[in-house]
Amino acid sequence: MNEPVATLPAPMPEINPETKPFWEACAQGRLLLKRCEECGELHYYPRAICPFCMSAATTWFESKGQGSIYTFTITRRAGGDYARATPFVLAYVTLDEGPTMLTNIVTNNPEALAIGQRVAVVFHAAGEGAALPRFAPA
Amino acid sequence: MSIRGKAYIVGAYEHPLRVAPHHSLAQLHAEVAKGALADAGLSKNDVDAYFSAGDAPGMGVISMADYMGLKLSWMDSTETGGSSYVTHVGHAAAAIATGKCHVALITLAGRPRAEGMQTGTGVRPYFLSAPETGFENVFGITVVGMYAMAARRHMHEYGTTSAQLAAIKVTAAAHAMHNPNAMVRKLLTVEDVLASPLVSDPLHLMDCCVISDGGGALVVVSEAVKKSLRREGVKILGHGEAPKHLMGGRVDLTYTGARFSGPRAFAEARVTPQDIDYASIYDSFTITVLETIEDLGFCPRGQGGPFVAEGNLRAPHGKLPWNTDGGGLCNNHPANRGGMTKVIEAVRQVRGEAHPAVQVKDCQLALAHGTGGSIGTRMGSATVILGKENA
Ligand SMILES: [Zn+2]
Repeated sequence: MNEPVATLPAPMPEINPETKPFWEACAQGRLLLKRCEECGELHYYPRAICPFCMSAATTWFESKGQGSIYTFTITRRAGGDYARATPFVLAYVTLDEGPTMLTNIVTNNPEALAIGQRVAVVFHAAGEGAALPRFAPA
Repeated sequence: MSIRGKAYIVGAYEHPLRVAPHHSLAQLHAEVAKGALADAGLSKNDVDAYFSAGDAPGMGVISMADYMGLKLSWMDSTETGGSSYVTHVGHAAAAIATGKCHVALITLAGRPRAEGMQTGTGVRPYFLSAPETGFENVFGITVVGMYAMAARRHMHEYGTTSAQLAAIKVTAAAHAMHNPNAMVRKLLTVEDVLASPLVSDPLHLMDCCVISDGGGALVVVSEAVKKSLRREGVKILGHGEAPKHLMGGRVDLTYTGARFSGPRAFAEARVTPQDIDYASIYDSFTITVLETIEDLGFCPRGQGGPFVAEGNLRAPHGKLPWNTDGGGLCNNHPANRGGMTKVIEAVRQVRGEAHPAVQVKDCQLALAHGTGGSIGTRMGSATVILGKENA
């Protein structure tokens, strides 16, 4: 029973001065992560202040946009813009660089997804100066 | 310095309504306050400390102090989601132990049903000014979806099954049969739960808690005040609290903040999980219970599935009699916040006032645990351990 996946909405994310570079990069098809120059750790979601050592010396770098599914769910009931997109896949993806991020998996066959499956980033335009980083089976 | 034995719960009240279209929110808070004070044998003029969380209207503690005409020397608006009221019990005991107050009132109330709120499957607003909002809400997260992802990961790592999760609902339903106010009053089987629609797989509709209006309140007092009352006091023996979150991207959804709050509560109470006669454990979803019993040390990590499937949560004779009021899964989850009712049922058990069919014989020690927020992202966890006056 492979229900077709309706087109996912791509709402404009909440952008603030701290996260603007991340969303602008997404609009250009690049996934950025933050690295701390003090302790060397990577983190996600991106912050100006490192969540591991509180250093302000955090810098952007580009992720290869590849990873594997940490966990996922096929959402069959939702509200708002997503009500008519069901069933859709919500997931955590662990990037090859280390951090795990919340996202959607774009697929026509959600029943075939599995934890550990390889995925790669795709970008869905979300209006002026932003795009949503989603993932598709690699 | 410890709160052990420094304060007592002497009043507890659960609102009997489960849908309240004809009440205001402030009115519900005041009704449960009145009920708990009457249970304690105290009046509102005795109250010198008031605790409420994000469910209180307007400016919270201040608006409700105005509404109820309270004169206070201690105020606490600690907001940790549905666990807030468990947290408040610990904070009230700490304030009493340091002499800052003597009679603390804690209230919870809400009317999500009357307001037609889409609780579990609604999509969060895209603009909330929280640091995480932009990175989560745009992907269509729902409350059920986030818990479902924790459930799937637990299944992947430990072999937990949907049937094992269903056993938790089945136990809650069996207990709720004895509670005339419970929302679900129907014996359920594992097959019934598995046959209910998948909301966000692997979670079915029946893996979810009820949605209810109403509320509850508690009164916590000093030993001196307790001695002046007729009611037997329920002694506060220990408390622990902690946030647990996504750790900068080092995500692990197989455990909850109970792994941090539990040991603190047990250490303060100077007891072990094996000593606990009854446990109220937060049950927003079946997976919440399963992960929490592992985190609190009631069974080894990863063994929650077999533990619940073997009937250990059944009252009164299981190894860990649990949520004997039917819990959030079948009785009541007022304001989408289950921490208050967890403490109230633990108080009933220690007082020997639970329904006779589910009352644990000679219940000396009870635990109440709350999980606020989401086990799929970030949560506030709180554990309290309660006992008889001579415990
Ligand atoms: Zn750092």
